This record gives sequence, structure tokens and C-alpha cells, in this order.
Amino acid sequence: MTAGRKIGRPILEIDGVSLAFGGVVALQGVSFDVREHEIRAIIGPNGAGKSSMLNVINGVYHPQQGTVAFKGRRRHRVDPHEAARQGIARTFQNIALFRGMTVLDNIMTGRNLKMKSSFLQQALYWGPAKREELEHRAKVEEVIDFLEIQHIRKTPVGRLPYGLQKRVELARALAAEPELLLLDEPMAGMNLEEKQDMSRFVLDVNDQMGTSIVLIEHDMSVVMDLSDRVVVLDYGRKIADGTPDEVRNNRGVIDAYLGVAH
Amino acid sequence: MLYREAGQFKTTYAADQQLFPIRQDRIGIAILLAVVFVGVPLAAETPAIAGAIDFNYWFSGVLVPFLIFSLAALGLNILTGYAGQLSLGTAAFMAVGAFAAYNFELRVPGMPTLASFILAGVVAALIGIVFGLPSLRIKGFYLAVATLAAQFFVVWALTKFGWLSNYSSSGVITAQKLVVFGYAVDTPVKRYLLVLAIVSVMALAAKNMVRSSIGRAWMAVRDMDVAAEVVGIPMMKTKLLAFAISSFYCGVAGALYAFAYLGTVEPAGFELDLSFRILFMIIVGGVGSILGSFLGAAFIVLLPIFMDLSAASIERSFGFALPAGLVSNLTLILFGALIIFFLVVEPLGLARLWQIAKEKLRLWPFPH
Repeated sequence: MTAGRKIGRPILEIDGVSLAFGGVVALQGVSFDVREHEIRAIIGPNGAGKSSMLNVINGVYHPQQGTVAFKGRRRHRVDPHEAARQGIARTFQNIALFRGMTVLDNIMTGRNLKMKSSFLQQALYWGPAKREELEHRAKVEEVIDFLEIQHIRKTPVGRLPYGLQKRVELARALAAEPELLLLDEPMAGMNLEEKQDMSRFVLDVNDQMGTSIVLIEHDMSVVMDLSDRVVVLDYGRKIADGTPDEVRNNRGVIDAYLGVAH
Repeated sequence: MLYREAGQFKTTYAADQQLFPIRQDRIGIAILLAVVFVGVPLAAETPAIAGAIDFNYWFSGVLVPFLIFSLAALGLNILTGYAGQLSLGTAAFMAVGAFAAYNFELRVPGMPTLASFILAGVVAALIGIVFGLPSLRIKGFYLAVATLAAQFFVVWALTKFGWLSNYSSSGVITAQKLVVFGYAVDTPVKRYLLVLAIVSVMALAAKNMVRSSIGRAWMAVRDMDVAAEVVGIPMMKTKLLAFAISSFYCGVAGALYAFAYLGTVEPAGFELDLSFRILFMIIVGGVGSILGSFLGAAFIVLLPIFMDLSAASIERSFGFALPAGLVSNLTLILFGALIIFFLVVEPLGLARLWQIAKEKLRLWPFPH
């Protein structure tokens, strides 16, 4: 898997993160890191805290304890749009597209944070505003080509089938040219063929764009094939961390998934 | 078969992203602009036509209010239709615009009319930002109730503080004369042309904004605010900008309402029912559509006139008089029924019907 790719230094370091909602503990002292150019999977049974972990990474939730450092910068409290600006993009477990807009406009929103022209210039649609629209359109078209969704560019996303909506959501995340991409169950509810397509896109993104990827997935064969290293969470705690093979043979992981004989 | 884009190939993104990508649309809009800017005023000047139609009534009583309400509906549509923030304070922002323009002209010597309109819009925008602050915390119906505060507060303040209406009784103000670039706008046709020019420019600006990044940010916040924030759209800036720009449009509409339509206005003329009327316009016309603002305003301005005309012709042809007040009550009943109809059958309004018609027309006479 790793042939030809250069795994670099840690880009994201999570240190002792704890998160609780009132009395419900979602994460308890979780630490791991993600290296540059790496595909890092987070797995675990339902309710293990996987999505909460992603929400902590991109600032939707603020942990009570522990720190998150992105690109070596330790941050105290970051809001989602600041995280996006720093280079973190994500997709959601339940599709979170802007349903009233076309595919093209949805993907263009991914580049909004790179647009600098003021609303007055945009009202005139003149000079920098127009130039900017065209430049970013060209970038968005690259993403559209990459994900092979040229035929639906002008379609309102609400009319698309599920599998394509997932792909559009990935396109919107990629349009921001992130350094770290968080994928929350990108293959949930897909058939085998769609899963194969999506796996190919994830690998291509990682390979061609050099994006580091954090992936939550329930399909073990996908996880084992794609990821370089795997973190296993259970009841908010990290119970294992290592290569797919190490994790697969870990006693604690097998117990968490299959249950323990009492 | 006329309306088909076959053979119109786009070879650049600029061609694909232009305002009207389909050639027939461009021709249509050019004809429309020529008719409303040149054709209609020329017809009014031609004695043969002007003798048959009462143009003064049509300009002052129909076209000017239609254009002004279109502008107010456009303002509300930016906020409610595009940015998804329900507001019941439209009339309040119009009142702010009307009274601000009046005061600028009254208190600043030599203030040009157009500058006072722009400043009135800016004042309305600032008030809009203040009353938009609750939107950072609350949404939907709760926000609508919070914007009611704007509605009641503004009308109260304009009545309470005499300075704002130059100490006239019950806050009635008489708008100053319209002078644009040293040119007196004193006839119905001139007022019509002035309002038309302002509304056209502002509609174009609105269209440009909604197809640029700020418009996409508004729609993203409307459709799914959590995802918008994760994509990198700052919530506070986006929402407050929507309130500011929407209120600017409503403020200019209010100034025109006082200066080019009524001439004399009072705070009580900007009550809640005016806000509701404008809300009905965007519901009937199309939420989240520039065109819909115009269609809705046309519908709501023209329906009572149409009802009056048909009542008069019924009375003429059957030779009896309908009870007084019947027609206006019937109009209200029809309004209510139509609003329910649109909410149930076509929540995106007349603009959506127009869009469906265009899609059908592109394929006609083939089924698909």
C-alpha cells in the first residue's frame, strides 16, 4: 500500500482529549496522531465516539480536556470555519449538502473561504469579483473531472441518487484543497460497486493530492484495504492503535466487536 | 420550438456563467427593457394612444407602486428567500428609509435626492444589523417574532420622537420635491422612469450578489447552517450582511414609497400589515427568486385593480350595483385563498411555475 508514497511527520496530534455532554462521556483521554500523506482509520462499535472525535478535530465540539494540534499549532478553542480556513475539510455521516443549490454551486461553496472580493464588487460583478468567479470555477471543474460528475453539474442536488450525493459532498470538501480530509462513513449505505468507486477516489485523493485522510468506516474490508494505521475506540476510550494487521489480531478489539464471554 | 438552446455552445466559463446563458432569454430581456424604458413613455407622449388610456393613473397608481413593492419584496427575498431568515420587519425598515431620506433632505442643505436615498438605505441597513443580532442565536418562527420587535419599535419611535418628523402632528411628513441631477422629477412619467431606473439597477445588483460567493454563502446558511460553518462560511458575518443588504433595499423602497408614490406618509402607514403584504408577495411570487419578487408584487398590486374592473363590468352589463365593500372583502378572501393555495401546491411560487414552463418549452413538442 505504502509503496511510492512518503508518509511524513505528524500533521495532526490529539493529546488526551476528553469530551462529555452533561453526564454522558463521549471521549475519555483519547490520544493519537495523523501523519502527513497518511490514511488513518477510526473504527469502533456504534456509540464509540468516532463521529465525536471528528467533531472535535474540526471544531464543532470543544473538548473539556486535552489538546488538538494541527500542523504543529496547538489550539485552544477553534470554530468550524476557522478549522476550514486552516485546511481541514470533512464530509458528514448523513449527507449535509445544500439541497436548494445545484451541484456546481454546492462545490463552489467549498471555495468560498478562498474568495476575497467584497460584496460591493460582487454586486457589480465587475473586475476582481468576476475574475475570481472564473478562476474558482476552473478549479471546481478540476474537482468535477476528478470525481467524474461532469454530467450532473447543473442538477439540483436534491434530485440526485444517494451515491452521487455522497460523491458531490466529497467534491465540496476537495474543492477547498484541504490538507486534512475527514470522511465520516463515506461508504455507508452503498452497494459493492459504489464502494469500489468511492475507495478508488479516496486512494486517488490521497495519492495525487497528497491529502492526509481520517476515515470512519464500518466496512472492515474497506478499512483494512485502505488505511495505513487504525485507531479503535470503544465507549470513548482508545483500545488499540496500529497497522490493520496488528489491530485485527488485537484481543481487546475482538472482544469489543464480538463481545466477551462472562 | 423557438425557445431552445440547441447549437448554443459555451466554450468559456465566462460564457457559461453570464447572467442569461440562453440567447432567447437575452433577446427577451432586451425587448422587455426597451419596452418599459422607451416604449411605454413614448406611448404616453403619443396623443392617439394617450387619449385612449389614462396614463397618469397607470403610472402613479399602478406601475410606480408595483416597482416600489417589487424592490421591497426583493429586499425581503434576499433575507428570507436566500439567507433563510424569516422577517416580519419589512415595513419598519421601509419607514426608516422614508424618514431618514426626509430628514437628510430637511437638515442637510443642498443634499442631492439620490444621495439622500442611498444614505437612507445605509441608515436602514444599520438598524437592520441591530435587529438582525438575535438571528445569531435563534431561527425560524422565534426569529420572526424577534423581528416583530423592529416593527413595533420603529413605528413607536417615529411617533414618539417629534424630531424625526420635524414636530408635525402624529408624525406626518411631506416628502420634499424630487430633483435628480438638477432635473425636476415632477410628472408621473418622470417619476415612473426614475423609480424604474433605480429598481432595475438594484435588481441587477441583487442578481449579481446571489450568483457570487456571498449569495452562495446565504443559500448555504439557509439550507444547512452546520455544514455551511464546516465548509468555512462565517455565520455571523453572513447573516448580518443579509440583514444589512436586505434592509438597505427595503430602506430605499421606503424612501421611494414616500417620495415618488405617496408624497405624504406617517408612521402608521408602515404597520405590520404592510410587512405581511410584502411577505405575501414573496410567497406568491417565489421565495428565493429575483424574478419572483417582481411577479409577486405584480400579482398583489394588480389583483385588487383587476377585481375592481371586473366588478365594474359586472355592474355595467347586469345593470345593478354590488353592495359597497363587497369587492374589497372578496379581494381579501381571494388573497387568503391564494396564499394557502401556493403554500400547499407550489411553495416556490409563480417563479417556479415560470421555470417549469420554460423547461417544458425547451422540449416542446417532444415529451422529453
